[in-house]
Amino acid sequence: MTDIETELRVRRIENGTVIDHITAGKALNVLKILGLPDSSHGVVSVLINSHGKYGEKDVVKIENRELKVEEVDRIALIAPNATINIIRNFNVTSKNKVHIPSFVENVVGCINPNCISNSDEPITSKFKVDTEDTCLKLRCFYCGRMISENIAEHLL
Amino acid sequence: MKFKDQHIISMREFPREMIDHILNAAEKMEPIAHGKQKSDMLAGKVLAVLFFEPSTRTRMSFETAMLRLGGDVLNLGSVDASSIAKGETLADTIRVVDGYVDAIVLRHPKEGAAQLASEFSIVPILNAGDGAGHHPTQTLLDLYTIKRESHLEGLKIALAGDLKYGRTVHSLCYALSLYGAQITLISPKELRMPEEIISDIIARGAKIIETDSIEDAINDVDVLYMTRIQKERFPDAAEYQKVANKLKITIETLKDVKPELKIMHPLPRVNEIDTKIDDTPHACYFKQAFYGVPVRMALLGLVLGAIE
Repeated sequence: MTDIETELRVRRIENGTVIDHITAGKALNVLKILGLPDSSHGVVSVLINSHGKYGEKDVVKIENRELKVEEVDRIALIAPNATINIIRNFNVTSKNKVHIPSFVENVVGCINPNCISNSDEPITSKFKVDTEDTCLKLRCFYCGRMISENIAEHLL
Repeated sequence: MKFKDQHIISMREFPREMIDHILNAAEKMEPIAHGKQKSDMLAGKVLAVLFFEPSTRTRMSFETAMLRLGGDVLNLGSVDASSIAKGETLADTIRVVDGYVDAIVLRHPKEGAAQLASEFSIVPILNAGDGAGHHPTQTLLDLYTIKRESHLEGLKIALAGDLKYGRTVHSLCYALSLYGAQITLISPKELRMPEEIISDIIARGAKIIETDSIEDAINDVDVLYMTRIQKERFPDAAEYQKVANKLKITIETLKDVKPELKIMHPLPRVNEIDTKIDDTPHACYFKQAFYGVPVRMALLGLVLGAIE
């Protein structure tokens, strides 16, 4: 496939944010975490299983909206290698890797059905993020239950 | 060390110095708990006791602790007769009750309930059990019993029974790991302690031995901590009976134990400890139930700022 063909599939954006190097197959979950497309009025393009230098990856392009790094850090839970590129006038003006946050709120639901965060109380789910092992784990702030596998399945 | 206005939610974040401080304070409370000394340390203070689940020992010992220190107790009474039956959230209940009292003791069937309560309350919350979650005052009274009746340093302890679901044994193991205890876990394979808890407590400094036989461990330990096995954990009555009989102790089981062995149990027991053992110097479970009073007196005194 030539570069031109790729360009035709998903065009370059003039202004906005490109989230690159998303783990292949996770782009739709990334949109879910970021509340897109509802939280943006610009065009949002999604490229799934795109061929990159290091194998397949997903890419999300959001036109006319610059996402802040801390806003995007939450996606590190499912796409730890993602990069955030801010585009102005077709040029990349900044490029940052996502950082795994130490605490996430209102992103994931607790897997324990008897946890108070799953009842009708005026609270949001909260998790401490444990990165001590190679595997990323979330510990519920309320009941302490760990989520270590298939985090995407528990997205709110 | 600041205890005044602190919530007591779980043992996980308790460093050893804090535990030692509470246990020392509890020792000073013992004569008052026995009724040998009078105290009005908490006169004018009111404690709310919100129990959304049944309890005998925990509720009564909190109430006794408050009364012995000259304070008053406000009991929620039956949940069916309160606003909770009308669908009030726990958050709202707490925001109402904290206007009436100086501290709240909470037992609730959902895990994390005490943490939630602490986010909404302007007075200290004392967790008296949240579902299968935490029960820190039980752990503190267990530690106090071990300290008073045996020793915390260099302790060899065996825990027997339901080690999979028992919140009491989980938090006790976490706390004992701070003292470098050697812990023998005795359970049938269906009720083994979860692997993640075992690796956590080893990482915190405890030595762990696992077995399925009380006889293998009992002669070598200073404390045997028995727990009740719940019938509903088993698919059929025969399977339950098989396991329950294996984890039962009688006078015969104790024939070669250390003379100073102490046997503990959070109670209620069913038949895992033969009643003939009650009259031996090894039996420690009724004293353990009493020690809940001085430990809870110490906690109330500390969080309400009557002692430091």
